[in-house]
Amino acid sequence: MNYRWRTIDIIIASVIAVAFGIIFWAWNFVWSATEAAFTFFPPAQTLLYGVWLLPAVLAGLIIRKPGAALYTETVAAVISALLGAKWGATVIPQGLVQGLGAELAFAMLFYRSWKLPAALLAGLLTGLSAALFDFFAWNSSYDLWDYRIPYALLTIVSSTIVAGVGSWALTRALAPTGVLDRFAAGRDRALV
Amino acid sequence: MAEVTLRGFGWRHAGRRAWAVRGVDLRIAHGERVLLLGPSGAGKSTLLAALAGLLPEDSGESEGSVEIDGLEPSKARERVGIVFQDPQTQLVMARSGDDVAFGLENRSVPAEEIWPRVIEALERVGFPYPLDRPTAALSGGEQQRLALAGILALRPGLLLLDEPTANLDPAGGALIRTAIARSHDADTTLVLVEHRVAEALPLVDRVIVLEPGGGVRADGTPSAVFADLGDRLAEQGVWVPGRPLPTHRAVSPPADSLVRAEAVTVRQRLPAVSVSARAGEALAVTGPNGAGKSTLALLLGGLLAPTSGRIDAAPGGAPHRWRAAALTQRIGSVFQAPEHQFVTSRVADELALGPRRLGRSAASVSATVDELLERLRLTRLAGANPYTLSGGEARRLSVATALATAPRLLVLDEPTFGQDRRTWIELVELLARLRDDGHGIIAVTHDDDFVTALADTTFALGPAS
Amino acid sequence: MTLALEPVADPAAPLARRNPVAKLGAALLFSLPLVATLDPLTPALALTVELALLPLFGVRYRVLARRVWPLALAAAGILVTMVLFAADRTGPLLVTLGPFAITTGVLVNALGLMLRVFAVALPGVIVFATTDPTDLADALVQNAKAPARFALGALAAFRLIPLLGEEWQMLTLARRARGIDAGRNPLARLALFGSTAFALLVGALRRGGRLALAMDARGFDSGLPRTHARRQTFGRADTALLVGAGLLATAFLATSVLTGLFHPII
Repeated sequence: MNYRWRTIDIIIASVIAVAFGIIFWAWNFVWSATEAAFTFFPPAQTLLYGVWLLPAVLAGLIIRKPGAALYTETVAAVISALLGAKWGATVIPQGLVQGLGAELAFAMLFYRSWKLPAALLAGLLTGLSAALFDFFAWNSSYDLWDYRIPYALLTIVSSTIVAGVGSWALTRALAPTGVLDRFAAGRDRALV
Repeated sequence: MAEVTLRGFGWRHAGRRAWAVRGVDLRIAHGERVLLLGPSGAGKSTLLAALAGLLPEDSGESEGSVEIDGLEPSKARERVGIVFQDPQTQLVMARSGDDVAFGLENRSVPAEEIWPRVIEALERVGFPYPLDRPTAALSGGEQQRLALAGILALRPGLLLLDEPTANLDPAGGALIRTAIARSHDADTTLVLVEHRVAEALPLVDRVIVLEPGGGVRADGTPSAVFADLGDRLAEQGVWVPGRPLPTHRAVSPPADSLVRAEAVTVRQRLPAVSVSARAGEALAVTGPNGAGKSTLALLLGGLLAPTSGRIDAAPGGAPHRWRAAALTQRIGSVFQAPEHQFVTSRVADELALGPRRLGRSAASVSATVDELLERLRLTRLAGANPYTLSGGEARRLSVATALATAPRLLVLDEPTFGQDRRTWIELVELLARLRDDGHGIIAVTHDDDFVTALADTTFALGPAS
Repeated sequence: MTLALEPVADPAAPLARRNPVAKLGAALLFSLPLVATLDPLTPALALTVELALLPLFGVRYRVLARRVWPLALAAAGILVTMVLFAADRTGPLLVTLGPFAITTGVLVNALGLMLRVFAVALPGVIVFATTDPTDLADALVQNAKAPARFALGALAAFRLIPLLGEEWQMLTLARRARGIDAGRNPLARLALFGSTAFALLVGALRRGGRLALAMDARGFDSGLPRTHARRQTFGRADTALLVGAGLLATAFLATSVLTGLFHPII
């Protein structure tokens, strides 16, 4: 198992971060009406939290090297700071913590397992790390049982399903298009 | 100075059944300038990638040997420079000077030597802007020139160019060709893959033709090779110079108006224009880069609303107000980049999508799909993922999907871009037949041959103000 | 819809001229400690300093307002969430909205949270408004000793942002041309968004593959130590900026502790 990152690994990880940066930007325009609704009822927003955590798990499943999840989620955070510029630089430590959650999951599996269970674990742990960060950093003033705990639980569920199952499904959908040919994740497709 | 020797070289990409290149025996001496030709699928790009040392062991299987000055390509990487066809994905930095310096930084060139070499390389290609010119502000041709400068700064002995003008309009193509001619010196060996053969000939003194499936078909001076193989190559799709193209003039006069634009403008993209398209007529929209041709195509295709002015496609008024499904029944649009229009994961599903959304019966949909697969020679690819199609196949698929809902008007943006001769002729024939059947054709194009071959009317947009 | 990527400030301003890593570090050192407390005094002090220092960064107030007005929406959301979900409803009761009691405690905490959102966001916004991405990458490699291939790889991918933004527009139009639109149905809109996002991802990954190839063709994977065409220096003024930011943040926290208003998040 070669852990050295090739150029293609670095660029693809960065491109995943950049592409999701654009997707989040487009999301803000398309759903600006619903965004306002979410602002007035933040717990509902956690259903979508998983989307923000997708890059970490997806990069891990595609690149399959130590640091992929952490690097990609951090770059995605830096890009959203540069693009949206709304939340400032605090998204960077937040992205780091989130990426660390997914990274931990893959590390626990010794960077050997890359199928659905690995994706689920990564989705779960990155959701957990995101939930913990928000629990302390942003949600301290709110009621524990009415808000903080439901928020955390919804985040974890959303992340496990959207970021976990979602990235696994996304990887399987990407492989037949040929874009993953330089990766093990793309080798499973039939010969053309 | 670099010498290239290939002995029985072959390469098969992982994930493919067929060998991309096979049984190639070649010798290219110092300072020779070679044009590598062959129909699509003959393995020209693969061969160049092999010479540049860019085919990693883990991505396929190789046969035979390749040597650059007696070394394996992976060991001879600093002697080889390669320019690819897409300018956007070759430039790395945001400022022009920084981009040229990128390669020098990678090769550990001492900092004090970097900028003088950058300036020298830019001079060699005739780059007209200062070092801090943003790369995003350059035209395609200028970006390719910059890419070439970036390679020349590394002083390669072997210079490889893989279809450098494929993504450029004629003006851009001329820019990069003059840069290649300007910067050439007797010490550099040149291998060029180029489909606009006639324009490339002044740059080379030897032509090598690859045969799909294996081997070198011909090797010699341009005149000798074309005299011997010209017809065969033209049939296979190579743009052999000096062969006339068939023209298709309309047999009957145009009928009713299908769409009319009156004094339409789009802010910052298109000044006021008025034009109309009629059934049984092929309209070519021409003009330099930035004039707004693609914007006009989007307006006439009902995909964009004008900032001022009116678009009328009677009956029904302005097409940009129609529901998308209704639009597909009246006006079909074919984009410049076929992959923008792929929405499913199988070619057959792509063709079925339009008719299905119109509520046609399963039998009718199936019949339409089979007919289009046949007509556009895509039957073999019915189950393939659209993203794995070659350039010509993808173009045919995007035309087929537009035709699947039987619109009366077809709007195409640069339909012949980057096509080989065979696909070009087929496409023009197909469009001519549609026109003669009573459809209207609007084509935005840079291609003068296309205008000559098909257009009944031409509408020229002026340069950007 | 444009993606503004270039710095929008006067690059000659005294603090804008500082090393990008120093600026980023200062922004993080200044804003992160503010997260530790929920009282209104700390962020109020921080905001005052931030707004006062703005001219030294060469950023005009109007430009800043344009970038941070979405935070006002977030702040409004916080106020509503506090009314609905506040944990601490101590203090004299001001008004009752249905089952929700709004006390002075609730309002003070809400104020603290709202000010904190702005105080924490502003330093980062200011830094990114005054920093060129290439300079930041150079400084990260030369001064912060970040691995060069990763910083440059991210920078190269970053250049694709405007291209991908345009591509999103084209993909949306292309779907309309194929007969797919979503109208009002939210599920259909979601499906359409997903399809467009997938196509964008495929296009981006294809581009990435070509970019990686071109970078390798220019020796990116040569393994040789990279030299630097552009120098980023880290001098005393930069250290002073970092130290100053840290000291100020500590001063604010100390003030709130000393006045007894300190309200930790844990």
